[in-house]
Amino acid sequence: MAAPLTLLLVVAVTIRAALFRSSLADLIAERVEVVSPLNAWKRVVEGLALLDLGISPYSGDVFHETPLIIYLFHFLVDYAEITFMVSRKFVSSFRKQKYALEADRYPLDCLELIRSPKEMYYIPLKVAMFYLLNPFTILSCVAKSTCGLNNAVIALFILCTIKGSALLSAIFLALATYQSVYPLTLFAPALLYLLQRLYIPVNIRRPSFWWYTLQYAFMYLGSLFVIICLSFFLLGTWDFLPSVYGFILSVPDLTPNIGLFWYFFAEMFEHFRLFFLCVFQINVFFYTIPLSIKLKEHPVFLIFMQLAVISIFKSYPTVGDIALYLAFLPVWSHLYRFLRNVFLVSCVLLACSALFPVLWHLWIYAGSANSNFYYAITLLFNVAQILLVSDYFYAYLRREYHLTHGLYLKRKDGSEATLVLK
Amino acid sequence: KRQAISLLASQTSSAPETVVTPSQPEDDFQEELVIRPLHSGDIYASFQFRTVWDTDFMGGKKVSHYRLFPKSLGQVISKFSVRELHISFTQGYWRTMQWGQPFLPSPPGAELWVWFQDTVTDVDGTWKELTNVLSGIFCASLNFIDSTNTVQPSASFKPLGIGNVTDHRFLRYATLPREIVCTENLTPWKKLLPCGSKAGLAVLMKSEKLFHSSFHSQAVHIRPVCQDWQCKSTSWELRQTLNVVFDLHSSGQGKREWSLFKMFSRTLTEACPLASSSKIYIDVTDNPQQFELSPATPLLSQAVVLGDRRTYSVYDLTQQATFGSMRSLNMLLRWKSSDGDMMRPLLHGERYVAGYGLQTGEIHTLMYNHHPYRAFPVLLLDTVPWYLRLYIHTLTVTSKGKDNKPSYIHYQPSKDRVRPHLLEMLVQLPPNSVTEVTVQFERALLKWTEYTPDPNHGFYVGSSVVSALVPSVVAMDTNSTQERPLFSSFFPSKEESSYFVRIYTEPLLVNLPTPDFSMPYNVICLTCTVVAVGYGSLYNLLTRTFQVEEPSPGLAKRLANIIRKMRGVPPL
Repeated sequence: MAAPLTLLLVVAVTIRAALFRSSLADLIAERVEVVSPLNAWKRVVEGLALLDLGISPYSGDVFHETPLIIYLFHFLVDYAEITFMVSRKFVSSFRKQKYALEADRYPLDCLELIRSPKEMYYIPLKVAMFYLLNPFTILSCVAKSTCGLNNAVIALFILCTIKGSALLSAIFLALATYQSVYPLTLFAPALLYLLQRLYIPVNIRRPSFWWYTLQYAFMYLGSLFVIICLSFFLLGTWDFLPSVYGFILSVPDLTPNIGLFWYFFAEMFEHFRLFFLCVFQINVFFYTIPLSIKLKEHPVFLIFMQLAVISIFKSYPTVGDIALYLAFLPVWSHLYRFLRNVFLVSCVLLACSALFPVLWHLWIYAGSANSNFYYAITLLFNVAQILLVSDYFYAYLRREYHLTHGLYLKRKDGSEATLVLK
Repeated sequence: KRQAISLLASQTSSAPETVVTPSQPEDDFQEELVIRPLHSGDIYASFQFRTVWDTDFMGGKKVSHYRLFPKSLGQVISKFSVRELHISFTQGYWRTMQWGQPFLPSPPGAELWVWFQDTVTDVDGTWKELTNVLSGIFCASLNFIDSTNTVQPSASFKPLGIGNVTDHRFLRYATLPREIVCTENLTPWKKLLPCGSKAGLAVLMKSEKLFHSSFHSQAVHIRPVCQDWQCKSTSWELRQTLNVVFDLHSSGQGKREWSLFKMFSRTLTEACPLASSSKIYIDVTDNPQQFELSPATPLLSQAVVLGDRRTYSVYDLTQQATFGSMRSLNMLLRWKSSDGDMMRPLLHGERYVAGYGLQTGEIHTLMYNHHPYRAFPVLLLDTVPWYLRLYIHTLTVTSKGKDNKPSYIHYQPSKDRVRPHLLEMLVQLPPNSVTEVTVQFERALLKWTEYTPDPNHGFYVGSSVVSALVPSVVAMDTNSTQERPLFSSFFPSKEESSYFVRIYTEPLLVNLPTPDFSMPYNVICLTCTVVAVGYGSLYNLLTRTFQVEEPSPGLAKRLANIIRKMRGVPPL
């Protein structure tokens, strides 16, 4: 296990190092699909330059990173490339620890649905491969986008949750929420997993449920509070709150990216701006409760669903966020037989990824297309992602149904049955 | 009526101890016109009208009796507690390398900078009101000046009048590069003059000739000055200046021959009766034999201005003899030969945008120091609108290929939709060199309502201001007490070896990426559709469960089943 993983790491590092040194690095660092105003490396350098000039980085509107990031890079600015590659390595190696164990309490003919230990042995390697060799991740790393650090923190959080240590999980979740507001929704799946691990049933009437929830919430909110106060003491002002969180939530910067927000708010009637802003932001947080209720016995899949929802509907998505949830797909490779739209989704994703730079060039440099072309590809890309996620959800639910009712279903008259959602 | 006015004028300009009543402060009005032929064949005419009034606008007693000083401006000064006000409207760009240095520089468009008194508590509110009032007085769209194009320079634009306050919180500077200047702005400007456009030099200001020129700039400068050399009390000085450069070839003939009638389509018949001095200076320094000036005048004067000693032929309009037998003065300048060089201006600036595409770009500012052996420092002030996001870590200053670190940098980053970038630097220019300042920027996508009606024209970036004390080859005149022509006394010289110069670079025109303006409804519908697709799929999967489907039979079978049910027979 260690040898293939090491080989994989060496290959990944080589690719990234080669791209770092080439002239493509500057080109990639400017692409709007890969970097956003929130996590561009150019803006981190600008923030550091402002700090050197004696001006608060938050007095302008260029820098939107958290204070801890400034201080991290203050010391690491010369080793930036190495930092990003190391964080990649962390992500991949922590993935390898994370897999869901299947209980064997299912009817007999579902044996082929249950994954064999042999299969599961290779899942961590596949996950690592999916993440490290994903072109999206490579681009994000070469562009030195701080999205990689976000991903590393989320991966650490998932690792700690799976291992069962509530305090560490709360700390990493607080760190992830501190960097971008949206991982707040991962509180529910983490809680559900930890409850499941401790065999506390999820029942509102049980005091043990509430007791544990309060403990976990306290740890989470406490570490969040500590981190925010630490940031305050680092810089001496509360300026970072409107600059970071106000920026994420109120979307003042309309730089094009692969998400849905920019063109929508560029063309919004002023009167309705606040209303639609609230609608779009609530949309990200809104799926937590229903998904938690439906998937309360499957918190790991819930984490995947939440990550996907965040990556699609957040205010400034980049390909690094997509790479994060795409890396989880090998964990559910056993769902392949129930997927309905694999071909369509993969074709659309590939086509859109290829068309993004083309239409950007036509709009911005050649002047022969206009913003509608780029916007259309954005829409298509997001529809493909939504289709992918809902497809996996469908497959997961269907597998659960088959596990309880048997794989080969027969109708009353003995002929093969079809299964529909009603 | 004219005799009455001239009697009044002679009364007030006579010895003070005889006539003036104590309650009425003294005021004085001077007018002058300087005509300087340029080496390219163009001709530069500069009018200056100066009113000095010994009154106290800031005192408790409200000033109510206005004579030579315009009432509208007096009320503006007292209401808004203005210490200094400088406003200029310019059409065209001053070409320093071809025309030399102007007497009073101004950037293309409108520029307004004001020092407020330190008694003002809410400077921003007062500034907003002031710009709106000035917009009404000058019929210009100065109401577009708001916080997104106003800055507080910390080192450039020090007060030009006397005063101790140098806290730059009381200074506001704004420029509107897109402002167009036309007859509508000239008319209220002329109305501020004591004689209006009816007598004196102001009769020459006819708009059809003035605006048919390469460069036209009109300005108003208000500042407190010392009454006398002891400077025990101050008086308010109002200077109205009009600079115009007439193009050689637009006159139609192309011959190097100018006359007052050709330039202004009017001749002079009298001085303004309210003026204590009314003079015309023609610059004859460049080889007096080179052109012929008629009618001849015996008066000659020398003045040191802009680091050069120049000789002027003077026509005094208060003397009846100047007008000759025809009672009208029409000077004629005819060139005989066209050699000789212009003295190269020692300081010169240029600016342009580099890069391609609508995503990023680079602003390059070039500053030329043409002095053969002296280096001197310059202050560069740059105001860049917020939608061009400057990256200060990409700022480079190079002279002669080597890095030239500025000794003072004041940078205020912009805030989206609130304030612009402000960059001030003190750069030492090595002798005989070009210094290049480059900074990268990123173009923002604005909301569709924030674009002007012609978005593809582009967005203007105001001129950079380069201020410097340039070393002078000729000793400057620091004696401020004796009578000097107005054009040489605007920028006071504190020392003999240098003179103050302010250069404005070109404004920039930058394109921004635009969204499609016809699409708001479509975009809202399409994006909401995508969100609804996501919502719909997840809703489906969350609220429905899997069931084994009973296939519905075909139509024939269903009908058969209905008939069987009616018969009471089990269905198919």
